[in-house]
Amino acid sequence: MAKIKYIEFNGTEHEADVANGLSVMEGAIQNDIPGIDADCGGGMSCATCHVYINDDEWFKKLPEKEMGEDDMLDQAFEPKSNSRLSCQLIVSDDLDGLTVHMPEKQV
Amino acid sequence: MIKTDVVIIGAGPTGLFCAHQLGIIGLKCEIVDNLDKIGGQCIELYPDKPIYDIPAIPKCTGEELTNNLIEQIKPFNFNFHLSDKVQELKNENDKWFVKTLNGKEFETPNIVIAGGVGSFEPRKFPTKSAEKYDGKSVLYSIKDKTIFKDKSVIIFGGGDSALDWAIELSNSSKVTLVHRRDEFRGAPASVQKIKELSDNKTIDLITKYSIKDVKGNGSLESVEIKSESGESKVIKADYVLGFFGLIMQLGPIAEWGLNLDKKTIPVNTENFETNKKGIFAIGDICTYPGKLKLILSGFHEGALAARGCFKYARPDEKYRFEFTTASSTIKDRLGVKE
Repeated sequence: MAKIKYIEFNGTEHEADVANGLSVMEGAIQNDIPGIDADCGGGMSCATCHVYINDDEWFKKLPEKEMGEDDMLDQAFEPKSNSRLSCQLIVSDDLDGLTVHMPEKQV
Repeated sequence: MIKTDVVIIGAGPTGLFCAHQLGIIGLKCEIVDNLDKIGGQCIELYPDKPIYDIPAIPKCTGEELTNNLIEQIKPFNFNFHLSDKVQELKNENDKWFVKTLNGKEFETPNIVIAGGVGSFEPRKFPTKSAEKYDGKSVLYSIKDKTIFKDKSVIIFGGGDSALDWAIELSNSSKVTLVHRRDEFRGAPASVQKIKELSDNKTIDLITKYSIKDVKGNGSLESVEIKSESGESKVIKADYVLGFFGLIMQLGPIAEWGLNLDKKTIPVNTENFETNKKGIFAIGDICTYPGKLKLILSGFHEGALAARGCFKYARPDEKYRFEFTTASSTIKDRLGVKE
């Protein structure tokens, strides 16, 4: 279990306890947190669960991007070097305290 | 005006199998899809990725699944209307009048929405200022490449479309290719070619930059690009092309008076009818308690929606349940000779 903080583009904060094994994307969807669309449902094929990891320490601590994630991020709304697809961030105890920032929009 | 029993919106696996079920029970349908090819997400998002959860098929790719479904409905000779989109629905005396973007018109008692997560549209530039020039000098696809002759063209993107057009247009235009990172996702041969063209100064290659602003006075004059660390550059441009892949938009479906739950349409699970009589929704776009966004669920939903359509298409007939193994009527419809 990990406490994940989701911050919308307008600054609204949401916190959710997300079970291990779920993705950060699923944590948002299951808790009705707005700002993550996840059109493809977690298949790494739509880039609409895009988040920024603003804390550099956290960004480095996350599991590395798999092949294809950066390709998908090319197609996201305003991708930056600290962008991740939240469907690829699988929750474990190690992610307790992670904060993700949502982009202005997903599509 | 084309008269038919059912108009299916969406030629993905769910729409295709629903068409099969309609054919089996003796109904006609017309299938409309925004993409230029049949297959929906399967063909657009993951043609080469294996799928492992289609019943009785241990493993197949999105493309194989699509081809098999097309094969399965071949006996019925249904019409596909590709690169087109249902724009307008009107109801008169329990008949739906359907108009598409390309001006096609249908009269039908039933509409089945099998639209996935919506229609695929090109992702546009995030900058508001680009909207003014949309379709004129800011483009997301190319219909006529001759307009770029001897012009300055800035291309954004790192995939095959961006690379292929940068290579192609470099013959007769001044091309600048801008991409947000150093790596490209295009085919290795194209990436190699782009590097050569950049080395011999045929094209300008700028990486780690993205669009900031589009400037002009009536007509497009230049584009400002920015790096993540805040540097910016202004480049003269006659045309700007963006190739950022496709996104899915619900589009006109949202304006037909259907109940919506986020981007999905609630349905009655007995026949997958929506709150509008004669409009059904199946596949990823429908929702109900326990909904699973799986292709196999879409197949089941399509089979039940087809029976729902029968009621309105043949109000004076009683639907008879038959097995394909036993029914000679169905075998006739399939053109099976024994």
